[in-house]
Amino acid sequence: MAEEAVTGTPDMQAGDGVRRRDFINIAAVSAAGVGGVATLVPLISQMAPSADVLAASSTEVDISAIESGQAIKAAFRKQPVFIRSLTAVEIDEANAVDANTLRDPQSLAERTKEGKENWLITMGVCTHLGCVPLGAGEGENKGEYGGYFCPCHGSHYDTAARIRKGPAPTNLEVPEFEFLSDTVIKIG
Amino acid sequence: MSFPWAKEYTPQVPFMKWMDARLPLPRLVYNAVGAGYPVPRNLNYFWNFGFMALACLMIQIITGVILAMHYASNAGVAFDSVEHIMRDVNWGWLMRYAHANGASAFFVVVYIHIFRGFYYGSYKAPREMVWLLGVVIFLLMMATGFLGYVLPWGQMSFWGAKVITGLFGAIPLVGEPLQIWLLGGFSPDNAALNRFFSLHYLLPFVIIGVVVLHIWALHIPGSSNPTGVEVKSESDTVPFFPYFIAKDGWTLGAFLLILSVMIFFAPNMLGHPDNYIEANPMSTPAHIVPEWYFWPFYAILRAFTVDFFFIPAKLMGVVAMFGSILIWFFLPWLDKSPVRSASYRPLHRKFFYVLLVAMALLFYLGGAPAEEPYVVMSQIASLYYFAHFLIILPIVSAIERPDPLPFSITEAVLGKDENAKLGTGA
Repeated sequence: MAEEAVTGTPDMQAGDGVRRRDFINIAAVSAAGVGGVATLVPLISQMAPSADVLAASSTEVDISAIESGQAIKAAFRKQPVFIRSLTAVEIDEANAVDANTLRDPQSLAERTKEGKENWLITMGVCTHLGCVPLGAGEGENKGEYGGYFCPCHGSHYDTAARIRKGPAPTNLEVPEFEFLSDTVIKIG
Repeated sequence: MSFPWAKEYTPQVPFMKWMDARLPLPRLVYNAVGAGYPVPRNLNYFWNFGFMALACLMIQIITGVILAMHYASNAGVAFDSVEHIMRDVNWGWLMRYAHANGASAFFVVVYIHIFRGFYYGSYKAPREMVWLLGVVIFLLMMATGFLGYVLPWGQMSFWGAKVITGLFGAIPLVGEPLQIWLLGGFSPDNAALNRFFSLHYLLPFVIIGVVVLHIWALHIPGSSNPTGVEVKSESDTVPFFPYFIAKDGWTLGAFLLILSVMIFFAPNMLGHPDNYIEANPMSTPAHIVPEWYFWPFYAILRAFTVDFFFIPAKLMGVVAMFGSILIWFFLPWLDKSPVRSASYRPLHRKFFYVLLVAMALLFYLGGAPAEEPYVVMSQIASLYYFAHFLIILPIVSAIERPDPLPFSITEAVLGKDENAKLGTGA
């Protein structure tokens, strides 16, 4: 700025401190700054899930063949979902626990649909680091609480898929789902 | 830069004179790794690992660029394209085994390079910037290694990607959206594989850039040396070329021999059989472990099993894991002792060896299953690791009485004989 004052263009000699050139400077730098930030939006946003990935984000599953006490693995967003038909004993076990004493307090009723308490639908993704827990398949280890057991770091889930022991911070996630009919559910 | 007695580059032939006046690149090379760079005469073999690390980076880039010519980063065909490289591409098996084992060799060399720095106090003034840039290189190497391991799209690739991106999910509030953004989906898939490939190809060139800065920063004060006493006169140094080029060349030969034994006779020794099974999002391998070079940090991650007040155990583990490397950035200021080399620091030296044991233990525990007694052992070793840097190092550097230092490098090498100093006999 000092050199400019010496060379002295006419609009700099006004002496009142504010010059037309200042306005141009501020306007140019502001436009460049806003433009630069605006450019970041597509550069960052392109990494978010693309339209085809998002389009594959709901799944319909026929549950008519699942017997009481059985579970199946379905795929939702390329991740496993456990669909389990609880037995009366398992429901009683889940309801016998005081939910407030749990790490992630939730009752079985809060994790299932009203009138369909025997249908436990959860993501098959351990909330610790994302492994697939055992317990949905025939003869797999169901853990100490008769629900699911994650072999990676030893998290035990109960018959309502609530975390009871091990490093996982929360219960197995219940995805958004609805009963389209008595035998078909829509996940997502 | 450099010492007054450094040899001056004098081009002989007319073309080199013409070149020197227009683009003095040969002069730069001469002063950086030629006769124009005087180096302490007493460097031991631990000073050879920087050169070896550079050689490793070159091996990785050359084999990597070749592999990229035959690899397809599409989740549908990635696994098969790796088998295509192994079975159909001429010498493809050699390129892949050299690249995979080269990565392990790179980490071995760099770990020795880092622990050389710990022992000889290479991080101390005036070389803090050399050290800081070195930590940046190490972080970039870890990122590159992780990204590369995902590319074959085997079971370990997939579940490694899931667990490591899951670490970001532990961050409060933004964690889950961040994880989805990083993966470009809800679990690792085509989008993730493609961006991992893109970044895996990019980062080595970023590493080259930081390596240039690392060497530039090193050449301002010049190399450190095993006594930790700064260079005082010309008799303390010898030119990098031919003396250390020759010495580096010999260890490079020995290193390549060992690497060849790995590549040709035990190419899968450090790999996991599970990675020869194609990625399956519906089934987790029974025992997920990262590559061996991440084990100490993986052990620290898993050491946190109990919530700390309102901070969940998972977040604690993630913070501790990243903290265990980021703490190295503060090392030059945690160790306040004016004496650099642990050879003259009796107390510090003992704790250095204890740290070495703790680190070896963490290496072992990171690869062990997550059950007792390994969990408690990881907790003890992790605690010691942090205590070393945050408590022991500052206290030791304050209370320790160091051994007397030699007057100069020449004296340390040749004794106090004046004739020896002049180079006329000893």
